[in-house]
Amino acid sequence: MEELAPRDEADLEEAIAGAVAGGAALAVEGEGSKRGFGHAVEARRRLSTAALRGVSLYEPAELVLTAGAGTPLREIQGLLDQQGQQLAFEPADYGLILGGPAGRGTLGGAVAVNASGPRRIRAGAARDHLLGFRAVSGRGEPFKSGGRVMKNVTGYDLCKLMAGSHGTLGVMSEITVKVLPKPETEETVVFAGLDDAAAIALMTAASGLPAEVSGFAHLAEEGGRTGLRLEGPAVSVASRREVLLSRFGGEAEVLAEAASRAFWEAVRDVRPLAGRGEQLWRLSVAPADGAATVARLAEHGLPLAGRLYDWAGGLVWLALEAGRHGAAIREGLAGHATCVRAPDAVRAAEAVFHPQPPSLAALSRRVKESFDPKRILNPGRMGEGL
Amino acid sequence: MSLTMPAPEAAILENRDRLIRRLRAILPEESVIAEEAGMRAYECDALTMYRQLPLVVALPETVPQVQEIMALAAEMNVKVVPRGAGTSLSGGSMPLGDGILLAMGKFNRILEIDYENRAARVQPGVANLAISDAVAGRGFYYAPDPSSQIACSIGGNVGENSGGVHCLKYGLTTNNILGLEIVLMGGEIVHLGGKHLDSEGYDLMGLMTGSEGLLGVITEVTVRLLPKPETARGLLLAFPTVEAGAGCVADIIAAGIIPGGLEMMDGPAIRATEDFQPCGYPTDAASLLICELDGEASEVDHLVERVSAIARTVGATVIRASESEEERLGFWAGRKNSFPAVGAIGPDYLCMDGTIPRGRLAEVLAGMSELADRHGLRVANVFHAGDGNLHPLILYDANRPGDIEKAEAFGADILKLCVAVGGVLTGEHGVGVEKRDLMGEMFTEADLDQQQRVKCAFDPEHRLNPGKVFPTLRRCAELGRMHVRGGALPFPDLPRF
Repeated sequence: MEELAPRDEADLEEAIAGAVAGGAALAVEGEGSKRGFGHAVEARRRLSTAALRGVSLYEPAELVLTAGAGTPLREIQGLLDQQGQQLAFEPADYGLILGGPAGRGTLGGAVAVNASGPRRIRAGAARDHLLGFRAVSGRGEPFKSGGRVMKNVTGYDLCKLMAGSHGTLGVMSEITVKVLPKPETEETVVFAGLDDAAAIALMTAASGLPAEVSGFAHLAEEGGRTGLRLEGPAVSVASRREVLLSRFGGEAEVLAEAASRAFWEAVRDVRPLAGRGEQLWRLSVAPADGAATVARLAEHGLPLAGRLYDWAGGLVWLALEAGRHGAAIREGLAGHATCVRAPDAVRAAEAVFHPQPPSLAALSRRVKESFDPKRILNPGRMGEGL
Repeated sequence: MSLTMPAPEAAILENRDRLIRRLRAILPEESVIAEEAGMRAYECDALTMYRQLPLVVALPETVPQVQEIMALAAEMNVKVVPRGAGTSLSGGSMPLGDGILLAMGKFNRILEIDYENRAARVQPGVANLAISDAVAGRGFYYAPDPSSQIACSIGGNVGENSGGVHCLKYGLTTNNILGLEIVLMGGEIVHLGGKHLDSEGYDLMGLMTGSEGLLGVITEVTVRLLPKPETARGLLLAFPTVEAGAGCVADIIAAGIIPGGLEMMDGPAIRATEDFQPCGYPTDAASLLICELDGEASEVDHLVERVSAIARTVGATVIRASESEEERLGFWAGRKNSFPAVGAIGPDYLCMDGTIPRGRLAEVLAGMSELADRHGLRVANVFHAGDGNLHPLILYDANRPGDIEKAEAFGADILKLCVAVGGVLTGEHGVGVEKRDLMGEMFTEADLDQQQRVKCAFDPEHRLNPGKVFPTLRRCAELGRMHVRGGALPFPDLPRF
């Protein structure tokens, strides 16, 4: 595939304007770590953001960082690490999730898929940390939205629209995000031997306590390990640990620091399901419904190869054997189901993203047209018409 | 009033009687207010300097009624201005003389509280504080707490993406809602989100939040509920200079501490507050910080120590940590009274709302004081220091000829200063009509055109709340036109870069 690699916003504008003039669609990419996610893009040319790279502003005391959209996440995380800060939305490593190499992916890519991790329940997703951006629309016109400050309601919040738009509205050249301090310490309290329903019940009860748990996951495939993460000053973590132990039983194992971090990295990147089944699905549901949703699907004969609960049950990862499962998963589901990993043939035949009711689908298409009327950017990636 | 609104459309005014008859076929008699005396109550929101009688006021109480009204408005090509509790500080719900004022006050029920999923479904007219009150017994609350929270409605909060004292740590409205039901111009209903997080597809819920009633009418909101923090303690810190107070804010954040609330007042605001209702603030201080730390008890104690140490290092002259809930509330009493206190010496005030990078605080305050001299008006500052959101209160006398115009010009200069140092026009009050004509300070024409194209995707005829947010209304057909520069841009030679 031919590739364009603009070095700055002017290049980017020229590249997209040229594509508009020639009516030639572009497949937009950073490091290509999520190429296998979504529907195949109907384009013969690739537009790479890889050269739009580098951190142009980082002010730790202001909790703000600006970087080119093609800046690798690992580079940003390395820089933040030196100041004891982090991207609190804990972006998952899609390279790994999609069965590729670990550690790849750009800031633009993380925003484009609205990445998040176990801390989503407390700190939010990429959408909640995107303060501003500069982009070139599918009309070939540069525009910006937001800014570099924490609180801003000036004009429509196009940041929310760009986060999760999979590069179908505009190509971001520069991105400003909120960064946050890393906690002084962390540990994870692990309860063992619970079945899915009991684990969800425990996590539901714990999320109503003022224990400030920053991660709730149930690893069903490891004999049932239910982890609750505590972050903060050591004295506070210890005291909240006692709250959890006295409420839910003292038999728990406590993972300190590195072990705790490893536990949550594995959850974030869905490693407990690595190598299981042909397909990987991600269900976002009301947290208390997590286990019942999986039980219903198992009852209906869905070929489950593994399951993992995050977000206190609100995020269900399912590994599935071969077949076409979209309709069965989505029937009667109060929430969203996304096919994250599947062979090309399956992704061509299934709706990867949750189908929308006609009124919402029509509105979404009109929003797409308002940025990219000729469908130049990643056409088809989010489904028909987008 | 120096505000120019789009000229009322003659065709709409001529059809007023027919519109009222049609509205009365949808709503009960008392829910259509068409006589002047009744409409007076709706002539402005909390930006009281701008007043306008609406064409007619409609008070629906069911979603199908809202749909019918929106369908009727589209059919008769009439404008619609949605209104919650009318507490907007930027004129977001200021009526239009040729528009239906759609007042959502009768949507005042909490529909469902789901503790298991930490969510509540509420109608848009429910007051912000009423949600927290309803769930307090079970130890939960709804985090965003704008200072008007007793009165302001959740639908208005979504429309304006309201913040509050605690949003540095807990986020704004947009970070605390899960689902919306909206009715589009024409009457179509759209459901966004639910009790789950992060639906795939374009985040239209995020886009709706803060869209100031220009995209759709909100008919239901699903909010997130959080467990109430175990405890909270306040610190009252006074400084001999503004720079020292600003430095303290920067050092707290740089130390990795995110307080639940971090508020600052300058000398004029401190003294106005003490004169209004004494609460023990040191009147000789140049700046005062109220820092609230919330969470688990031992953590809060630990952080109180750390913040006190930071304050000592930068030269605080007063460091008081609350030892009781009563004392903590006492620290806040003055801050909560500060707006009326400034109003008492004003006698009127205009509240600005720019946000700046925190590091530029001292510089911006100095610049503001110069501007005050130049415009011959006084200014007092009360602001959310943690997130750099300023609330300069410009004092003027509405009865003195020329004062309103002077105040407006001073306000515009303050906001220009905010933008010049890397900040924005509005942190939480919205653009509305108040900052509409300043949008060009922050955005290029291309930026604003793209925003208006999004508007066109929802409301191609500009019937919903027109004249707000955008300085010039562009026709959607014109905005949609593609300009291929030079007529024949050569197909790019590859690879070019």
